[in-house]
Amino acid sequence: MSFTQAALVAVLAGAGTYLVMHRTLTRIILGLGMLGNAVNLLILTAGSSPGNAPIVGEQAPVADPVPQALVLTSIVITFGVMSFLLSMAYRGWTIDGNDEVEDDITDRRLAEEPGEPVDHGEPT
Amino acid sequence: MTELLPLAIVIPLGGAAAALLAIRVRSVQRIITIACTVTTALIAVAILLDVDSNGTQVASMGGWPPRIAINLVADRLSALMLTIGATMLLAVLLFAVGQRADDERSRWYHPAYLALSAGVSGAFLAGDLFNLFVFFEVLLMSSYVLLTLEGSDSQIRSGTTYVVLNVVESLVLVTGVALVFAATGTLNMAELPERLAALPDGVRIGLNLLLLIAFGLKAAVFPLFSWLPDSYPAAPSPVSAVFAGLLTKIGVYAIIRTQTLLFPETNRTLLLVIAGLTMVIGVFGAIAQNAMKRILSFHIVSQIGYMIMGVALGGTAAIAAVIFYMIHHIPVKTSLFLVEGIIERDTGSSTLDRLSGLARRSGPLAALFLLPALSLAGIPPLSGFIGKLGVVTVGLDQGSWWIVATALAVSILTLVSMLKIWTGAFWGEPAGPDHDSGVLRNHPLMSSVTIAVVALTVAIAVFAGPLYRFAERAAADVTTPAAYEGAVVP
Repeated sequence: MSFTQAALVAVLAGAGTYLVMHRTLTRIILGLGMLGNAVNLLILTAGSSPGNAPIVGEQAPVADPVPQALVLTSIVITFGVMSFLLSMAYRGWTIDGNDEVEDDITDRRLAEEPGEPVDHGEPT
Repeated sequence: MTELLPLAIVIPLGGAAAALLAIRVRSVQRIITIACTVTTALIAVAILLDVDSNGTQVASMGGWPPRIAINLVADRLSALMLTIGATMLLAVLLFAVGQRADDERSRWYHPAYLALSAGVSGAFLAGDLFNLFVFFEVLLMSSYVLLTLEGSDSQIRSGTTYVVLNVVESLVLVTGVALVFAATGTLNMAELPERLAALPDGVRIGLNLLLLIAFGLKAAVFPLFSWLPDSYPAAPSPVSAVFAGLLTKIGVYAIIRTQTLLFPETNRTLLLVIAGLTMVIGVFGAIAQNAMKRILSFHIVSQIGYMIMGVALGGTAAIAAVIFYMIHHIPVKTSLFLVEGIIERDTGSSTLDRLSGLARRSGPLAALFLLPALSLAGIPPLSGFIGKLGVVTVGLDQGSWWIVATALAVSILTLVSMLKIWTGAFWGEPAGPDHDSGVLRNHPLMSSVTIAVVALTVAIAVFAGPLYRFAERAAADVTTPAAYEGAVVP
């Protein structure tokens, strides 16, 4: 396993986690993209040491093909999810002009009225 | 009949493509979706019968030997979940068609629904961890689309939380899968038990925790549940019915698989504590809420606690109880959301403040709500009582008094929060026109589907004996990794 690869995974995961903690959706999306790349690199790292031949018969030793197949699938999935998130962010922006992730309205209302009796809607 | 296994995934996926091609003709889309969903349900029943008489079925894709190939595996648990899942998908689809609301008329509804169906089938049949992840993604992507179908303000807001949290969950899951591969060199669920057992304890527990966090978020277990009550109520009723009934239970299914097959640890006190907290927090959340959908959503969390409790107790008897519990819970939860859907369609609201006297307006509708509601609370002789009895008996046998006490207390609190819906929406003077018995008659297809699902929950109680014996056979399959291994890689 190469140190550069491991360090890259760590940096991407760290920066990604930091960005995901923000409240604006654009930063969250950027963060998720970084986290996704970190995980994809991790899959490659999990496979075998870098520098091995990709095709059987060229030269020994040969790289494990399974992680490559996994990482391809994973990249495609990350790409699809990212596009969906971006379109959601755009939709949110056209609706109310910002891309802040808001609290749930009902949660906020329940939190604001401690001790107040909940209306059961029963006519008296 | 192993060729049936891929068909359960290919047919809905192909149907999704066909429905996309027919994007401009809604009637064609509708026929395609109904035809594919009916076929999938029939295939699921055929697989169930086949598996029960002939044992575990394995289909290795591409004709490769099972150690290398992508395997689809149907044992009794998978086949049972596949059948109940396909049945619920069919019921909710017919409900949505009968509702004739804007969401079903969206041109993206049918393709997304079929893709969801393919993802559900695939998740139950996947024979290796990576494909479990892939099919989770398929069903999650479809659920993102279904949840934000209208693109309205509230849907985008709650959809954002749902999508972001689920993407994070997926990343945790892939990390877990990658590390399992790095540690063992395989992802095949038949080969993993042996290789995982050979690992040092620390590594194995770390891997187990990673997978538990990922699946726990999907199943809405205690610290990871807050996305559920925020996002499900924003979805249109037929969509939230299928989410509530099925999606969290797929997380529970994955937890059962990993905890019995891959990590058969003996000490699961942590999981047991989490199960207790899930029950308690879920039911308190439900009591605090004021909208029907949100109360029902918090109940999902609370009920998941019972299933996790069974998994944490461990052993064949406990897993059998959990399997029965899931089979009871899926139709019960779905039917409650369907009743909510009828109310919302009829009165335009499902907030308890705005509803009143529905029982006097329509007695049958009240009965349709009352049966599954009492069943969920665990009132005998309904199916929920049998499920809870099973889990609690195992808890007593193993001497875990505190979790049994929690489970019983939560069951009473569940009844309290159901009473809140009952007094709020059904009791009292009708707000609208008096003695209008036509609520069900005005929506014939929606009503007959709901009646059918409620009848199914009653049937589960009536045929509890054979079903429970089947659950015991399924649990015996699941809790012996050697049997799974022998069936897949002989």
